[in-house]
Amino acid sequence: MSAGVAIHARDLTRRFGAFTAVDAITFDVGEGEVFGFLGANGAGKTTAIRMLTGLLSPTSGEATVAGLDVFRQADGVKRRIGYMSQRFSLYEDLTVAENIRLYGGIYGLSDRQIRERADDLLQRLGFAHAAGERVGRIPLGWKQKLAFSVAMLHQPRIVFLDEPTGGVDPITRRQFWEMIYEAAAGGTTVFVTTHYMDEAEYCDRVSIMVAGRIGALGTPTELKQRFGAATMDEVFVRLARPTEDAA
Amino acid sequence: MEVRRLGKRFGKETALDGIDFTVDAGELFGFIGPDGAGKTTLFRILTTLLVPDAGQARVLGLDVVRDLWEIRRRVGYMPGRFSLYQDLSVEENLRFFASVFGTTLEAERDLIRPIYAQIEPFADRRAGALSGGMKQKLALCCALVHRPDILFLDEPTTGVDAVSRREFWDLLGDLRADGLTIVVSTPYMDEADRCDRVALIQKGRLLGVGTPASIGAGYGRPLLAVRDADRHRLIRALRAFPHARSVFPFGETVHYTDERADRSAADLIAELTTYLSAEGFADAGVEAIDAGIEDAFMALMGGVPEAA
Repeated sequence: MSAGVAIHARDLTRRFGAFTAVDAITFDVGEGEVFGFLGANGAGKTTAIRMLTGLLSPTSGEATVAGLDVFRQADGVKRRIGYMSQRFSLYEDLTVAENIRLYGGIYGLSDRQIRERADDLLQRLGFAHAAGERVGRIPLGWKQKLAFSVAMLHQPRIVFLDEPTGGVDPITRRQFWEMIYEAAAGGTTVFVTTHYMDEAEYCDRVSIMVAGRIGALGTPTELKQRFGAATMDEVFVRLARPTEDAA
Repeated sequence: MEVRRLGKRFGKETALDGIDFTVDAGELFGFIGPDGAGKTTLFRILTTLLVPDAGQARVLGLDVVRDLWEIRRRVGYMPGRFSLYQDLSVEENLRFFASVFGTTLEAERDLIRPIYAQIEPFADRRAGALSGGMKQKLALCCALVHRPDILFLDEPTTGVDAVSRREFWDLLGDLRADGLTIVVSTPYMDEADRCDRVALIQKGRLLGVGTPASIGAGYGRPLLAVRDADRHRLIRALRAFPHARSVFPFGETVHYTDERADRSAADLIAELTTYLSAEGFADAGVEAIDAGIEDAFMALMGGVPEAA
């Protein structure tokens, strides 16, 4: 892990009318770090991720992602990051190979780069035989591994994973995390959200958002010590009051 | 509830294959399995919304095909997707569901009070504008408002944060204590412990049925939890151990089983400790633990992920 900073946020804030969804959050994520971004539903995670990925302008504060300013260089940010979510990643009506080609094109790779990286990707995942299969017909676990590989196709410096393992079988879930470790070992920064508290243990550091603010940030070991808890699940329950009235 | 050799196909896809189980009155029974395992298809058959291709299912002593109207009056069903009227208020939704079943909110208020009390401050809010946790509680109220004899909940906690999930299971525990039979599905293995009995489901088949404790106890071989600060390197080292059978990260530890069935846990601890220190792990910890539902599920999957 190098000492460089991949994500830098200072007093990052987003208001919607009178409601402050993200309230002056400040943190850094190092290059090659696996950073868990946790919080209850409605705590502001999605809004924060949308700002960091250049999809939503902050109301105030500052943030740089992969060395670029998310206010002024949002398009550049998008080129340097990868993104996948549980809800949407790949086109179900396109085949595996077509999805890879489409995303390679969107990220500006040459035909040759796309071909080489697609072959390599399918080989590594053991999907070569399924290249012509429509994505809608492959099992969810495969789909999520494929979506992650596609999000990494343009070799981004940072990859954002929004609940990548929701509903996935327990073995695939663990294989997915091994892919995360490998990406991080190769220098990619991984910014990941999850509702599985055992996965919080797999992160180098974890932040927990509570009502728009960062309620706690540290290594899993530090957080468990600070809250006198045996597991990250207990830490989360102590800290994250669900913000029921924040709908 | 009694289900025998139940099967359902969609074209060439087998969604359910030879499903057998019973649920006793007053039980809190859970179906645990990943997306695509067949949980929703099963629930739709049991609530008379789909007709099975094979086998029989009886709910409250009634046949799911022949007696569908009687079953519909007596079951409560909370589908996986939020299915209330988004443009109606919280209270309007409840009144609507009560009136469909020929009752009124006033007549049933006592029954749903413990849950409704948590959303009553927002009675005038449009259902579509509620947070995830509140939508879920409103949907539960709507499924309960006609006093069903059995309640089906299809993945009520999917995508819900750990705190709201816990609260929701507390509510189900209260309903069970009042005698209601509850059948619930979830992809979260850690929720199995909240059930009296569970069925593990994968690719349309049941991998096992029993109490959470009995499923863990049926694991059948020593299970070791290994820990070291450098988990990634630890996993690789354990995989490289010549007798490794399975090596899975598990929270802050790595769970290990050995392919040699005749070795005791104590033997394995000694062997692994020696091996790991030779591999340069100065203070790796190794201890024997009881298998949980997720360990059992992975073993029953054959230790390999689902294939196409």
